[in-house]
Amino acid sequence: MTGGLLRLLTLRRGGRGWHWTDVASYAYLAVGVLLMFGPVLWLVLSSFKTPSALLEFPPSLLPMAQAEVRVEGYPQPLPLFTVTMEDGSVRELAQVRRIGIAAQMVDPKEPAKTIRVPVDRRTPVRHLAFAVGNYTDPLTQFDFLRYLRNSLVVTVVATLITLLINSMAAYALSVYEFRGKSVAMLGVIGTLMIPITIILAPVYLVVTKLGFVDSLWAVILPGAATPTGVFLLRQYMLTIPRDLIEAARMDKASEWRIYARIVMPLSLPALAVLAIFSVMWRWNDFLWPLAVLTKTEVHTLPIALNAFQGELQTQWHYLLAMTVVTLLPVALVFAFLQRFITSGIANTGMK
Amino acid sequence: MTDMMRLPEAAARRPAGLVAGGAQALMRLTDPPMRALQRLIGAARMPYVFLLPNLVFFGLFVFLPIAINIVFSMTGGTALYPAERPYVGAEQYARLLDCGSYLDPGSCQEDLFWRGVGNTLTFTVFQMVAMVLFSLGTALVLNRPIRARGFFRAVYFFPVLLSPVVVALIWKWILQRDGLLNAALTMAGGQKILFFVDPGWAMFWSVFVSVWAHMGFYTLILLAGLQAIPRDVYEAAEMDGTRPWRVFHRITLPLLWPNLLVVLVLVLIRSVQVFDEVFVLTGGGPGTATVMIVQYIYTTAFANQVQNFGLAGAASVLLGAVLFVLTMVQLFLTRRRSS
Repeated sequence: MTGGLLRLLTLRRGGRGWHWTDVASYAYLAVGVLLMFGPVLWLVLSSFKTPSALLEFPPSLLPMAQAEVRVEGYPQPLPLFTVTMEDGSVRELAQVRRIGIAAQMVDPKEPAKTIRVPVDRRTPVRHLAFAVGNYTDPLTQFDFLRYLRNSLVVTVVATLITLLINSMAAYALSVYEFRGKSVAMLGVIGTLMIPITIILAPVYLVVTKLGFVDSLWAVILPGAATPTGVFLLRQYMLTIPRDLIEAARMDKASEWRIYARIVMPLSLPALAVLAIFSVMWRWNDFLWPLAVLTKTEVHTLPIALNAFQGELQTQWHYLLAMTVVTLLPVALVFAFLQRFITSGIANTGMK
Repeated sequence: MTDMMRLPEAAARRPAGLVAGGAQALMRLTDPPMRALQRLIGAARMPYVFLLPNLVFFGLFVFLPIAINIVFSMTGGTALYPAERPYVGAEQYARLLDCGSYLDPGSCQEDLFWRGVGNTLTFTVFQMVAMVLFSLGTALVLNRPIRARGFFRAVYFFPVLLSPVVVALIWKWILQRDGLLNAALTMAGGQKILFFVDPGWAMFWSVFVSVWAHMGFYTLILLAGLQAIPRDVYEAAEMDGTRPWRVFHRITLPLLWPNLLVVLVLVLIRSVQVFDEVFVLTGGGPGTATVMIVQYIYTTAFANQVQNFGLAGAASVLLGAVLFVLTMVQLFLTRRRSS
């Protein structure tokens, strides 16, 4: 049985034997898995630790917390320790207080009697404990639920607008011949070279003039028309047979109807790729929202995280948990649509 | 492009099913007015109607801002509205470029801009070398007949999709004073290192984290290039008993060269604009050791007490000119590759 399994594991494609380059390849990949997954795993594990566990050095791998017991006669729960007694026996005692190198301890079963124990004879009793409060507190006590909602609104509304206006432009540029078409194409190509990085202040001026400052529209609208989207959709729409469109015209369908009822449904795969891109862009967007969203009520998750980490006393337990919340939707989308995304990116060279 | 069209149908239909109902209702609502519009202006003018929303967006949020940016860069004062700003000619550019020696940022009037330029150059050089080495190495390994290739490809790729803020915080947590890395260092008998207090380390980790986050993207491009190399070329080389290094040097590298060039230019374009990860990771520090050009522009226009849109505009125009040239090179290279 194990021999068969071993052979299965060591079997190579093509049936040749192992070469040192195969070993090196797998070693490289193993290091890669550790280096790429490790940090994210560490983030998730850390996000479940209590503040005191986060302060430990060296840190423990799993979220551990010291066990505590309620002892009769003491108002606070007391930390539990395993103590090696002088006679060599081992007992579980709760610590009342520590005085120098001695600790005053009590057996939870006999709350009346205190025992003095040297500090180095006790070790804390620890167990696995997930500090779920790291997640629930920021969502209930701070405004993280609002930031989450803002991020969702921006992502969904912006993606819908992106799909609509870019598919309309792509439809015009793929199905029709009209005067000024090449100028329009050139204009779209031209915008490829203008990342928002270099027009921050003037876009801010435009958004101010339009009255969108400190509203989510300020983040949603500026990136909605994207040259990437137009090209992706146009390229796909060019493959739709013209006969279909001509036949619809024969049947007196309006141009809008052809777009909405024939071209759009046929372009679904390309629309899906653009939708995924758009969701990623919007969910992760940072520099522009950072510049334009000054009021905290309209902050999106990345902006809120950045503001939270910039505070004087970084509350890492909350920050780590909210980082996981920000990461989670992307991780889920990736888990389900991995092939889809990688083939889309490999073939467009965009991200 | 064609491969993208073979996307799994099911994946495309699932969200579509949800949206389909809404889309149909929308269609029923929009069709009558659009039909009336077509009757009014004629079918020949309908393409302009379809183009209009996109052009309005591009006009408002790209073309108009470019013009305003140029106006900003030639005017002074602190007002946001161009009409309220006094014309100063090339003064902003002169201020940016006023240096005793271009090799010493301290001698410049806008020393932060030149530190940004210097840091961005350093970052870009190291980033390009590291990114190409690691993504090429990974692509070569993934192109070998290995098991679970899809899984390993995903492992290297997934950080590409993460928010830059998330990426930066993940690493900030590992690199902090009592973090995982320092724990490992002390356990190995070393000393704790305060990574974000040392300029060299701060730059090193800025490059490292950016490579970590983006190498999967370039690996994908290179892997696609490697897989496009015909198998029989390799088989012929194997028949002749060519040594592996020679195969790489004489076959793989020349045939992959167009893809490598595209990757180099793309990394260059992105590196010049680097901001997000580095800003959250180091905040530009220690001191000004990792302040990049974009951070200078952002700070000058938004984060400083006095918002200096003129100076930020001038710096943007200069950065824009560099990006324009680089993007032209990229378009030229991609066009050549696809033809």
